[in-house]
Amino acid sequence: MQAATVSTSGATKQLRTRRSMRRLLHNLPSRLMLITFSLIFFTPFYWMVVTALKDSAELAKFPPTMLPQTLHWENFAAAVDYFPFVRFMLNTLLITLGAMIGSVISNPLIAYGFSRIQWRFRDSIFYLVIATIFIPFPVIMVALFDIFASLGWVNTFLPLIVPAFFGNATYIFILRQFMLQIPQEISDAARIDGASELRILFSIILPLITPAITVVAIFSFVGTWNDFLSPLIYLQEEALYTLSIGLQYFRSTHSVQFNLLMAASTLTVLPVVILFLVFQRFFIEGVVVTAASK
Amino acid sequence: MYLGMTRKEWRNMGLGLLFISPWIAGFIWLMLYPIGYTLYLGFTKYSGFGDAVWIGLANYQRMFSDTLIATSLYNTLYYTFFAMLIGVPFTILMALAMNRPFQEVSAYRAALYLPSVLPLFALSFIVIWILNPRYGLLNFLLSLIGVPAINWLGDPTWARMAIVLMAQLGAGQVALIYLSGLRAIPASLYEAATIDGASSLQKFRSITLPLLTPVILYQSIIGIGLGLQVFTQAYIITDGGPNNATMFYVFYLYRNAFSYSQMGYASAMAWVLFVISLFLAFVVFRWSRRWVIYDLV
Repeated sequence: MQAATVSTSGATKQLRTRRSMRRLLHNLPSRLMLITFSLIFFTPFYWMVVTALKDSAELAKFPPTMLPQTLHWENFAAAVDYFPFVRFMLNTLLITLGAMIGSVISNPLIAYGFSRIQWRFRDSIFYLVIATIFIPFPVIMVALFDIFASLGWVNTFLPLIVPAFFGNATYIFILRQFMLQIPQEISDAARIDGASELRILFSIILPLITPAITVVAIFSFVGTWNDFLSPLIYLQEEALYTLSIGLQYFRSTHSVQFNLLMAASTLTVLPVVILFLVFQRFFIEGVVVTAASK
Repeated sequence: MYLGMTRKEWRNMGLGLLFISPWIAGFIWLMLYPIGYTLYLGFTKYSGFGDAVWIGLANYQRMFSDTLIATSLYNTLYYTFFAMLIGVPFTILMALAMNRPFQEVSAYRAALYLPSVLPLFALSFIVIWILNPRYGLLNFLLSLIGVPAINWLGDPTWARMAIVLMAQLGAGQVALIYLSGLRAIPASLYEAATIDGASSLQKFRSITLPLLTPVILYQSIIGIGLGLQVFTQAYIITDGGPNNATMFYVFYLYRNAFSYSQMGYASAMAWVLFVISLFLAFVVFRWSRRWVIYDLV
């Protein structure tokens, strides 16, 4: 009896192994392709970190070493000393947080008006919001610069923060998608109880869409942190530089010290990479929802 | 009842407008007005200081005789066209592979998405080093399969191609969008096709691809918009060179506005960019009627 049980379970195991083997072989081309792509796509980040840890003698080696012979952690200290890193980091942080606060305040209000209240022309105006996504920023950047210059905002952080308080079409879209999924009856019941629209937004809608708010906060953070063109235009005084334009310091000398540049780049991208690793699910959800805007 | 709306409808419209008022203000102040102001500046000579002097169509006339306009426009369209020509099949292929039931798919997804979160300026610095003709990683890897060293950033054709290829590093993000398109295709269609004895290739051609066409259209419109704006790579990696091979339109616009203080001329360029963007989007939409399928049955 016992022997029979053993042999049956052995057979099932064998069958299962064979089946999973077949599945492995069946999906092998796709798997190999994904592994190859993943390696290629991981390379830029890997090469940045590896280069940051090499000394200049090792950089001048050909073929290049795939791993540093000795880890030169002191490169990070040297990179931080090489340019006003802390100052640029604080500038970047201030702008990024300012824009993030603006996005998190303005976009839920706007999305609420586009989803939870029924009114005439609402949906036609919303098409206009979507249309603005397709207007390239360079088309208006000269005029915008002149507008901000006439306000005396050049060489301040204001042109990089204040626009976030007026909403962003993509974020409005994401939040609206989430708000539309909440049954209208919930709002109606609250209205009968005499709740104001603001009250409904803050005590009913917002708690239900925290994932969407997180997506907007993350996208806003990454978008501002990674921005290059706007800081380049508005921040001409060195003391106000963000990291994105501050990294150019490493190019001012005739020969670029790539290990230091890569060390500084690593420190610059670190917050974004950590954010991505921690909130991966939100990144993916946000991208997929945004794509539904067609 | 005023204008055919009840009191409640009026109230709701007031409330709705109140909630979206930040957007309305921003739309007027940061979008509509700048577009109009750009149009006006395009007819003036303006250094950014003092007054803008009306010069009529002179800026637009000058664009015709400025050879860098034609060069930068050509480079930009070249970049956009090839980045998409490679990118569309590449990202669809990636999405198809990611659609398989792999347990470790989240690891692939993380690796493939990583370059999309890295800032373009940092990626540009990394690419400079990877493309270094003497010590660079890419030439080393190519030498393993017998390819002689390429002077990537010193040769006009290779430099332009390098930026086209670099654009493919954004594929991970786009592939996720195709992936959600793939997942939306009903399994019953594939089951029916299997019963009819269709091969994998036939299923791809008559089910998968047609049902992905709306996503392809959306990605093409987005891709064209982004392609026309290519700037950072030229600014950091090549400075528009060699021999203006990577002098892209927006980079030249930026230079005119902020290096040469030719705000009027740059504004005229901006309006031309606006018209080109609208025109290309319109053409793709029109053309898409021939190949986008919204309903298979």
